[in-house]
Amino acid sequence: MTQWSGYLGLILQGALVTIELTLMGSVLALIMAFLAGMGRVSRFIIVRAIATTYIEFFRGTSIFVQLFWAYFVLPFAGLSLTPLQAGVLALGLNVGAYAAEVVRGAILSVGREQYEACTALNLGRWQGMRHVILPQALLVMLPTFGNNAIELLKATSVVSLISLADLTFQAQVVRSQTGSTLMPFLSVLIIYFALALIISWGVRTLERRMARGLDGVRV
Amino acid sequence: MPAPIIKVDAISKSFGAFKVLDGLSMQVMPGEKLALIGPSGSGKTTILRILMTLEKIDGGHIQVEGEQLYHMERNGQLLPADERHLARMRQKIGMVFQLFNLFPHKCVMDNVTLAPMLTKGVARAAAEKRAMELLDMVGLADKAKAMPAQLSGGQKQRVAIARALALSPKIMLFDEVTSALDPELVEEVLNVMRKLAAETDMTMLLVTHEMGFAHDFADRVLFFDRGRIVEEGKPDEIFRHPKQERTQTFLKKIIAAGHRV
Repeated sequence: MTQWSGYLGLILQGALVTIELTLMGSVLALIMAFLAGMGRVSRFIIVRAIATTYIEFFRGTSIFVQLFWAYFVLPFAGLSLTPLQAGVLALGLNVGAYAAEVVRGAILSVGREQYEACTALNLGRWQGMRHVILPQALLVMLPTFGNNAIELLKATSVVSLISLADLTFQAQVVRSQTGSTLMPFLSVLIIYFALALIISWGVRTLERRMARGLDGVRV
Repeated sequence: MPAPIIKVDAISKSFGAFKVLDGLSMQVMPGEKLALIGPSGSGKTTILRILMTLEKIDGGHIQVEGEQLYHMERNGQLLPADERHLARMRQKIGMVFQLFNLFPHKCVMDNVTLAPMLTKGVARAAAEKRAMELLDMVGLADKAKAMPAQLSGGQKQRVAIARALALSPKIMLFDEVTSALDPELVEEVLNVMRKLAAETDMTMLLVTHEMGFAHDFADRVLFFDRGRIVEEGKPDEIFRHPKQERTQTFLKKIIAAGHRV
């Protein structure tokens, strides 16, 4: 039993790495999503072209390949990353590309009459975007962002391939050291699932809070 | 005779193959209350939207207070207006929409104060003080903290009027502002507009199907059909003694539909 608690400690260490990767990857993904998503609706063709290229490239290539490039190929260009940095970079850029389309769709889902009200009130493009369009679009983005975050959480397991000691990596370690397959894999199954539940719950709470007042219910 | 505050000169505008405005010209004097009537698709809403710079024009010129709206004068040449020029010209004009277009995520107070604070740099305290005066004027001082979704249609429209007034425009455009309202809510909005007409010297352009209100409210009535002004005159002339056959037919239809003239 004491032996198992030691191995469980290893797995929990892995869970911390996974959480770290998920959080940092999500931050990068969020930044990329807004940059590229808003770039897609820019009035400048060059900005639209850059955003579209980024999105298509990172959606169109495998996350494994992107991670290998970040970790194994970039050093040839003089840029050496730690496994954690490479993991965050690949995960953030990959999921950011998907989330960018969510941002774009949500911005376009805000009715034309809101844009017209902005013009009639003489708000500049950015002022209208910042104070009128984005706050409404954010509510539309949130549920899908929740999906994206869970996708990102699950995708973090790929970093075990560049020897970063995340949850999946530690499960393999424990399995090879103890010869037990069920215990480590059952543990990580439960931990991944619990983390995903936390994300779902967090996003739903945020959604409820942001929707407050919009439906006419007394705040 | 004072100079016109709005001068529309040979404006044309098409949506695809459909010509909405066909060389439209008109002038509006400062402080004048104008009612634009006519069948749907006749171009009356489009000219309002063009004045608010919500549409692009295909040809022609518009002057507001003697300045080109869609063009800039540079070294004696007329160039298409850039965003900065449009922003400066828009300060003179406010608009109220058929469907209110309130910002649903902001309370009534924030709806009214947002634009003055952002576009004119008014401090929050001053903007809120002015907003309260305006909300009081439209009879909604007690709804300052309410969200738009908690208001009736008539209340929403009165907030929208206060929001447009907060920028102190010289010209106010009202685009069928009572068309989306339940009949019993129409009067509260019309009352606000009567008050506005009586208490300010703002120039007001009104697209409406409320012929009775247009009759009482307007100094001059313009009858639109197929992108042109077919007939114009004092309310009595247009509503009691229309000269053009198309005006007569239109008014007959409206009366048959149960509208009071």
